[in-house]
Amino acid sequence: MNFELAEEYQMVRRMVRDFAEKEVAPRAEEIDATDTFPVDLLRRMGELGIIGLPFPEEYGGSGMDYMSLVIALEEIARVSGTMAIVLDAQTSLCGEPIYLYGTEEQKRKYLAPVARGEKIGAFGLTEPNAGSDAGATQTRAVRDGDEWVINGQKIYITNGSAADVVVITAKTDPDAGTRGISSFIIEKGTPGFQPGRDEVKMGLKGSLTSELFFEDCRIPAENLLGTENEGFKQFLRTLDAGRVAIAAMAVGLAQGAFEKALAYAKERHQFGRPIAKFQAIQWMLAESATDIEAARLMVHRAAWLREQGTRFTKEASMAKLLATEVSERVCWKAIQIHGGLGYVREAGVERMYRDQRLCAIGEGTNEIQRLVIARQLLRE
Amino acid sequence: MHIVVCTKQTPDSAAKLAVDDAGHVSWGDSPIVINPWDEYAVEEALLLKDRIDGDVQVVVISMGPEEALEALKHAIAMGCDRAIRIWDEAFAGSDTLATSYVLARAIEKIGDVGMVLFGKSAIDSQTGQVAVAVARRLGFSPLTNVIKIAEIDGASMTAERLLEEGRQVVQAPLPAVVGTTKGINEPRYPSFMGIRKATRAEYPLWTAGDIGAAADKVGAAGSGVRWERIFAPPAREGSAEIVAADTVEESARILVDKLLAEKVI
Repeated sequence: MNFELAEEYQMVRRMVRDFAEKEVAPRAEEIDATDTFPVDLLRRMGELGIIGLPFPEEYGGSGMDYMSLVIALEEIARVSGTMAIVLDAQTSLCGEPIYLYGTEEQKRKYLAPVARGEKIGAFGLTEPNAGSDAGATQTRAVRDGDEWVINGQKIYITNGSAADVVVITAKTDPDAGTRGISSFIIEKGTPGFQPGRDEVKMGLKGSLTSELFFEDCRIPAENLLGTENEGFKQFLRTLDAGRVAIAAMAVGLAQGAFEKALAYAKERHQFGRPIAKFQAIQWMLAESATDIEAARLMVHRAAWLREQGTRFTKEASMAKLLATEVSERVCWKAIQIHGGLGYVREAGVERMYRDQRLCAIGEGTNEIQRLVIARQLLRE
Repeated sequence: MHIVVCTKQTPDSAAKLAVDDAGHVSWGDSPIVINPWDEYAVEEALLLKDRIDGDVQVVVISMGPEEALEALKHAIAMGCDRAIRIWDEAFAGSDTLATSYVLARAIEKIGDVGMVLFGKSAIDSQTGQVAVAVARRLGFSPLTNVIKIAEIDGASMTAERLLEEGRQVVQAPLPAVVGTTKGINEPRYPSFMGIRKATRAEYPLWTAGDIGAAADKVGAAGSGVRWERIFAPPAREGSAEIVAADTVEESARILVDKLLAEKVI
C-alpha cells in the first residue's frame, strides 16, 4: 500500500504548476473579464506536451498516461478553470475517443495535430432534446455510397465554434435506440457543417460553448469512428474517463480557492488579530482541507483503476459526485472567509466559484452520477 | 567535448528558514529543488550543445547527499545527457574552498571539458565563490556575471558580462568556467520525455576515493571557514510616526527637530 504519488507524477505536477503559475495565472483574470478564447495558451499547452500527456509519442503525445493528465488538470484548474475545461475538451473528449476507437490512419491524421495543439478539438453529444438521455439523439447519419450524410444540431459543445476536428454522435439506426448510435469525425470547413453562436455563461468565461449545425453535411465513409451502431458504448467509456477529468478540475479549483482563503485568513486582521485565530474561520479551513483531501484521493484512485485496465465506472462517478460537491463547498467557504472582498473580482475566488459550478453538470449531471452509482451497486 | 554544469540542491525560494538555539537550520516541509540560478546554467549548456559543431555531451554534477538527486533529476528532465552525484561523508562541512576542490577533482575525472557552467550563486548560502575557485584550481578562464555568450568555437569564446557600470565584452580561451546570470536565457520547462528519462536514469555516485580527493582538503579539515555560531538575525523593530502639521514648512521644521534629537543629522 502506498499513497505517495510516484516520482514521475510528482515531477509532472511540478512542471505543470510552474507553467500554470508563470503563464496561465497572470492571464486568468483577463480571460474571465474579456471572455475571449485563449487560443495561444491552448497552443502552448500543446507545444509543451500537456495536451498529449495520455497519448503515445507516435500520435503526437508525450507518452505518459491518464494519471498524468489528471494531475495536469488539477494544476491548471488551480489557477484557471477556463484553461482546464479547454484542456479537458481537447484531450479527454476529442483526443481520447479517436485514440481508443480510431483507425491507425485516423490517429495519425486527427489525433496527432490535436495532441500537439495544432488543431483544436471538440466532442459533440448534447442536443436540444438529448443530453443525459443520449438515446434520444436526433442527429442523423445516412450512408450514401462512399459517404455519410449528416443532418442535425448539437448544443453546449466546448471548443465548438473554434474546433478544427469534431467528434460527434449521430443516429445510424433510428429504431435501435442507444444501439443505433455511431460516432463520426468531422473537419472544420466541410460543406454543410456550420458552427452557431457561442453561449454567454455564468463562468468558465473565455471557453467556447457552441452550437453546431449539420445540414446535408457529407463526410467520407472512412470518417466513421469505431464500429457502426456502437457509438453509445464508445462514448460511455469516453465519459468514464471524462468524469475523472472533470473531477480533477473540481479538485484543482477547490485547491486554488482554498489556498487563497488560507493566505487571506492569516493576513486579514479583525479585533486585533488575524481572522485565522478565530474558531469560526478555523473550522471552515479544516473542513475544506479535509474535503479536498478526500476528493483528491478518490480522483486519483479512479484514474489509477483506469491505468490498471479494470472497470471504473462506479468509481469515476463517485469521484465526480464527491469532487464537484467539494468544489462547491470549498469555493463557497473561500468567499465567506474573504468576506466582502470575496464577492468582488479582485480576490479571484468568486471567479472560481462560478467556474466550478459547471463541474456538477458537465459530462453527466450529478443526478446522473447517482443513478450510475446506484445501478452499479444494485448490479453487484 | 564535455560541457559540465555544476548544480546544487536548495530549499525552495518560498521556504521559511528557521534557526534553533543549537544553530541548526531548518526549512519546514518545503521541497528541495534545483538552485533556481542553476537552471540558467543548465539551459545555457543545452543551448551551447546545439550551437557547437561536433560531439558535445552535457554532464550535470552536484556535490551533496541524497537530496542532491533532486537537482540532478531536474537537469536530466531539462535535457542533460548524464548526471553524476559526488558525495562522501568526509565532504560534510565543506566550505567554498573545500567544495571547489572536490568539484575540480570531479571535473578533471570527467575529462575533455571545454566549459564549466555555474548559476550566479546558490540561493541558500549566496557566496558566489565556487565558480571562480574552481576556475583557479583547474587553470580555466574565469568569467562571472555572463549575460551572453556571443561567440564560441573549439578554442575560444566571446562573452558579455553584466557589470554595475554596464556590459563588458571579453574574450577568453577555452576551457573556461562561466558563471551565468539571470537574463542570459529563459530556462525551459522539463519535457515529459525528459521526466521519463530522469526517473529511469542512472545516477552514479563518486566518492572521495573515486575522484582521488585528499582527506585534508575536504570537509571541515579542508575548509578555511569555521562556523562559530549560527543564529537568525534579530527581528527588526521599529515604529513609524507621521509628521503632519498644518503647513509643509511646519512639518519640515518638526521633522528636522526630531532628526536632530535622534542624532540622525
